[in-house]
Amino acid sequence: MLRGRALRGLIAACALTACRGAEAREQRITLRFWAMGAEGENVQVLVREFEQLHPNVDVRVQQIPWTAAHEKLLTAYVGNVTPDLAQLGNTWVPELQAVSAILPLDQYVAHSQVVKSSRVFPGIWETNIINDTIYAIPWYVDTRVLFYRKDILAAAGYDSMPQTWAGWRDAMLAIQKKAGTRQWAIFLPTNEWMQPVVLGLQNQSPLLRDGGRFGAFEEPAFRGAYEFYIKLFRDGLAPVAGNNDIANPYQEFARGTFAMWITGPWNIGEFRRRLPPEMQNSWATAPLPGPTGASSGVSNAGGSSLVVFKGSAHPKEAWELIEFLSRADIQRRFYHLTGDLPAQIDAWQDTSLAGDPYLAAFYTQLHRVRPTPKVPEWEFLTSKIIEVSERSIRGGLSTDRALTELDAMVLRILEKRRWILSRAAHAPGDTAVAVKLR
Amino acid sequence: MTRTRAQIAAKTPEWRASRAGWLFIAPAIVLIGVFFFLPVGASLLLSITDFDLYAIANPANVRLVGTRNYTELLQNPTFWLALKNTFYFALIGGPLTVATSLGAALLLNAKVVRFKTLFRTIYFLPFVTTLVAVAIVWRYLYHPQYGFLNYALGAVGIHPVDWLGDPRWAMPAIILLAVWKNFGYNMLIFIAGLQAVPEDLYEAAALDGAGAVRQFWHVTLPNLAPTFFFVGVVTMIGYFQLFAEPYVMTTGGPLGATTSLVLFMYEEGFRWWRLGVAASIAFLLFLIILVWTAIQLRLERRLAA
Repeated sequence: MLRGRALRGLIAACALTACRGAEAREQRITLRFWAMGAEGENVQVLVREFEQLHPNVDVRVQQIPWTAAHEKLLTAYVGNVTPDLAQLGNTWVPELQAVSAILPLDQYVAHSQVVKSSRVFPGIWETNIINDTIYAIPWYVDTRVLFYRKDILAAAGYDSMPQTWAGWRDAMLAIQKKAGTRQWAIFLPTNEWMQPVVLGLQNQSPLLRDGGRFGAFEEPAFRGAYEFYIKLFRDGLAPVAGNNDIANPYQEFARGTFAMWITGPWNIGEFRRRLPPEMQNSWATAPLPGPTGASSGVSNAGGSSLVVFKGSAHPKEAWELIEFLSRADIQRRFYHLTGDLPAQIDAWQDTSLAGDPYLAAFYTQLHRVRPTPKVPEWEFLTSKIIEVSERSIRGGLSTDRALTELDAMVLRILEKRRWILSRAAHAPGDTAVAVKLR
Repeated sequence: MTRTRAQIAAKTPEWRASRAGWLFIAPAIVLIGVFFFLPVGASLLLSITDFDLYAIANPANVRLVGTRNYTELLQNPTFWLALKNTFYFALIGGPLTVATSLGAALLLNAKVVRFKTLFRTIYFLPFVTTLVAVAIVWRYLYHPQYGFLNYALGAVGIHPVDWLGDPRWAMPAIILLAVWKNFGYNMLIFIAGLQAVPEDLYEAAALDGAGAVRQFWHVTLPNLAPTFFFVGVVTMIGYFQLFAEPYVMTTGGPLGATTSLVLFMYEEGFRWWRLGVAASIAFLLFLIILVWTAIQLRLERRLAA
C-alpha cells in the first residue's frame, strides 16, 4: 500500500519533471534578494509562494543586519557583486542612484497592472523619484506621529490634541504647569535629527536650495521651525535628554515623565507590550500638529523600498518579485508577519489595519508626508544637524550662530556636488553625470 | 677585446658576495614593497584627493586637493575628540595591560604556585577568543540593571553605574575589557623573559641580604628590560589602533566618548565614503604611532645606557 503510493508519487514526479523537460531546467534562474533585519527573516515565507507561481525562479533571500546594510550595499557595488534586487531605506535611494547602481523603473511601472503611483501614498512615492524618474518601489512605510497620554492631556483641560503649533504649545504649557518635578510635556531626543527637520518641513522649508547645492537653514522657514524647537527646551517643556539618557522610555511614559513623544509605528506594538495593563486606555496617537493647522502638519516619508540593480542579469524576474510583493493581499500578509505598514493604500482596507485606532493617526499622517532632500550627502548632513542642535540645546548656542554654522558646514559638504553639477553643465558631452545627480 | 667596467666588476668576488646577499633578501624586500610601501604610498596619494562616493561612480570625479583634507581635519572637533579618546585609551589602557601582564607572569612564575600550565591556559584564553562573542558577554556584565558588575557593586553599597551609556564611564569600561582581553599574550612573553633570568643572580642577591622587593627591583626588572620594551612598544602600537572594542560595544558613543581615531576613520571611509579624508586620518595616525614608537625606542636606549 505504502510502497504503491510512493511508487506512484515517484512516477508522477518523473513525469512532471520530464514534461517540463530539459529546456525549463536550463532556464532555471536564481534571484539574489537582499533584505534587512526582521523583513529579511519574514519575507522568506512570501518568497516561497512566489517561487510556486514562478517554478523556474529560485529566490535566495540574504538577510542583512540593518547596522551593516549601508556599508554592504556600497561595498557590493564597488566589488561588482550586487544582488538582483534589494530592500533600501528610502533615504538611501539617492546615494545608490548617484553611483548609478540601480535601474530606472519607469518602463516597468508604465506596463504594470499592480504597481501604480496612484495606489501608493503620494509623499512616499515622491521619495523615490529623482530627476523625474522612479528608481525604487515603496514596500512598507514609516512615519512619525505624536504618541501621547490622553489622561494627562485631559487633566490639562484638553479633550483632543490641538492641530496648530500655537495650540500644541499652549497644551504643553498647560501640562507643564500641572507636572511634578522631573516631569515634562514632551520627549524630544536631543540626538535625533528627525524632530527639527520635520518641523522645518512643516514650515515649508526646502532644507536645501538651488537643486541641493546649498543649505537653506538660515532662511526664515527653517529658522522659525528651529526657534520653535529650541524654545521647547528653553522653556523646560522637554527634558534635555538623548535616547541614551532615558533607559526605558516605556516605563518613563507610564510614569508620566513625559506626556508626548514623537515616534514611529514600531512603538504601537511596544506600547501594547510594555505599558502596564491599567495604562492601556490612557494613551493615543495623533497626526503631528502643523504651524497653520492640520494640513500643514506633515511628517517624514520613511520606510523601505525595493530596487533592481543594474548589474542584475534577470531584471524582468526581479521586477516580477517586486510586483508580487506589492500586491495588496501580499502586503497585508507582510503586515501581519512584521507589523510593517503597507505602502499600497488598498492593503489598508484590511480590518486589522482599518480598525486599529492607533493606526488611524498613521493613515492620516501618511497622506501628509514629505521627502527629505534627495541628495546622496543627506545622511551625512543629518549628522551635522544633530551636532548643531545638540549644541544649541545643551551648550546654549544661539539660533543665529547655530544656523550660520550649519549652513557653512553644508556649504563645505556640498562643494563636490556643486562642482560636478557645474562641470556637467559646462561640458554638454558629459551631461550623464549631471542628469543623474540633479 | 676590451671588457666594460661592469663586466670586470661582475667577476669580482665582492660583487658576487653582495649579489648573493641581495638575492637572499629579495623575497623580503618584494613582500615589504608590495604589502607595505605600495599601500602606504597609495594611501598617501589618496589622502591628497577628494575621493568619495562620486568618484566611485566615475573616476573622472576625483580631484587633487593638496593638503585640504588635512587642514579640514585639524579644524574638525570630532577629529580632536577621537585623538583625545585614543590617547586616553592608549595611555591608561597600555600601561595597565602591561602591569597586569607582569603581575600575572610573576604570579605564575612563583615557585609556590601549582598547576601552572592550567592557569597559563586560562589567562591566555581571552586573547584567543573572538572579540565579538566576548563583547556580547561583556555587554551583559555591563548592563545597568541586570549586569553582574553592578550587582557586585550593589552588594558593597555602590550605586549602579550605566557603564556603556554614561560618557564618563564608557571609556573605562572599554579599557577594562581591553585589559582583560589582551593581558594574556604579554603575560606569556613576560614568563619567557622571567624564565631566562639566571637563577644564580637571585641566589647571589639573597646571599647579599636582598629581600623579595629588592630582588624584584635589582634583579628581575633589569633583566626583564628588553622584554619590557618589546611588550611596551607592541602594546602601544596595538592600542593606538583601537577599533573593534568600541565598534562592537558602543559604536563610538555615548556622545562620541569612545570614538577612536580608527573608528572615526572607518566611519569617514566606509559610512560616508569619504575615502580621501579617511586616508588622511590613516596617515596622521601612522605619524602619531611613528613618533610615539621613536620616543619609546629612544627612552629604551637611554635607560639601557
